[in-house]
Amino acid sequence: MAVETISKTPEVSLPISSDSITLRISRFNPKNDLSPIFAEFKVPIQKWTTVLEAILFVKQNLDHSVAVRYSCRQASCGSCGMRINGKPALACYTKISELNSNIVTVEPMHNFPIIRDLAVDFKQMFANHKKMKPYIIREDSEIASDTKEFLQTPEDVEKYLQFSYCIKCGLCNSACPTMATDESFIGPQGLAQAYRYVADNRDDGKKERLKIIDQSHGIWRCHFAGSCSHVCPKGVDPAMAIQLLRGYLLGFRK
Amino acid sequence: MTERMSNREGLKGMANPTRYGLERVAYWLQRLSGLGLLAYLIGHIYETSSIVNGKIAWDKMLELTQTTQGHLILTLVIGMCVYHTANGIRVMLGQGGIGVGKPGQPEYPYKAASLNYKQRLCIWVSIALAALAMMYGMAVLFGD
Amino acid sequence: MRESIIMKIHYGTALGAVALVTIHILFRMTQNFSESLQYQNVIANYHLLPYALMLEVVLILLSVHGFNGLRVILLELKQGIVYEKLINYGSIGAMAALIAYGSRTILMAGMGMS
Repeated sequence: MAVETISKTPEVSLPISSDSITLRISRFNPKNDLSPIFAEFKVPIQKWTTVLEAILFVKQNLDHSVAVRYSCRQASCGSCGMRINGKPALACYTKISELNSNIVTVEPMHNFPIIRDLAVDFKQMFANHKKMKPYIIREDSEIASDTKEFLQTPEDVEKYLQFSYCIKCGLCNSACPTMATDESFIGPQGLAQAYRYVADNRDDGKKERLKIIDQSHGIWRCHFAGSCSHVCPKGVDPAMAIQLLRGYLLGFRK
Repeated sequence: MTERMSNREGLKGMANPTRYGLERVAYWLQRLSGLGLLAYLIGHIYETSSIVNGKIAWDKMLELTQTTQGHLILTLVIGMCVYHTANGIRVMLGQGGIGVGKPGQPEYPYKAASLNYKQRLCIWVSIALAALAMMYGMAVLFGD
Repeated sequence: MRESIIMKIHYGTALGAVALVTIHILFRMTQNFSESLQYQNVIANYHLLPYALMLEVVLILLSVHGFNGLRVILLELKQGIVYEKLINYGSIGAMAALIAYGSRTILMAGMGMS
């Protein structure tokens, strides 16, 4: 990968800070460029500066053309997923000081087509998620006039609650070793969401979902490498969900 | 071009055991040992087939395999076999939902329950058993 | 065949192979290592029917487990209808070939055809 060094220093006056880091941003426009290059920027930081703030500083003061996706800035929306020093992470959730490095490299997540620079295409991930039928499947409905609301005990809720915290950031899919080579694999995000609904006692679609995942590029291409859970920023633990889901297919669970 | 467009990490990413903790290393070793054992199986079946050609052919085959290099390869195979077996049992049980923890309310810093000390212990035990088996194997092979 | 059945076979063959390979190795340890590799001792092993049958079972279990594992790795590396069919049938072919070649050794050595 070519390294283009743009030595840029800020022209505006900034809060006093003795610290600065070199931020290397991967630049790639598939329409014009043959391969990604790195652009380097000197960014002043403070103790609590996040990677996203550093990128937005660059965008504001040094290079307006950097393409980055972000929204909530508080690890709720899942928009700012990217590779930070080689590991998939949310930019808004990663403090520069945590990285213990004067050089911070940000690149788009692996295993997602690049739209431009740090923004990637989530079409495939959303399609895989949809395949899992991510909604309660049941014959009767809470909104029919003669039915009551579905009651769940706190214990019932705890069985699937953590898996419902998925923010679809895609970090798990980026870290997964199977996703690195298998384009047809559903991915940890989709499989974890399949379990989220199977574990929900309001749902009657277990058989349907198990049939969908029991394919050659379905749940069986997960080998419990655990990288997905390693990078998940919300504690969803997709690896646990996938193994619990597989328990149904192996006969360990009914 | 298509590969670049899809931005897949490719074989390099799948085969890279770093960045994601011990469990990723265990996965990588499981794959490597599996391929190594398959290669050994094919070699072993070929090697033992020389018995049907008589004593001379068998002894000739032994000359080839009962060497220092042969013994080192066999030691490696012993290690791969023990690791693949022990880690394989851990993975098999884990894939059935055993030893992966229970779902609950995630609390900051959101440590994954499936990547628990039991899993890490089993991985280290697998590696240790493989090392012990290799040492025993070397003692038998080179001590003779 | 459904993937879950294939994987259950994969796990079953693994467990079976572990048990039988342990016996196979323990057999080698009933004698001094280099002694156990002497022609007459190896032939004597093949003449023991239960041991020869055990070897046959180990061969089948390990061939199935090994080539299915390879099939999984190859399927993950590349996708496509033609390629996947090639890998699936190729794995079965390789399994059959190895089992046939190994069985030939067991049969011929067991029947004293050397």
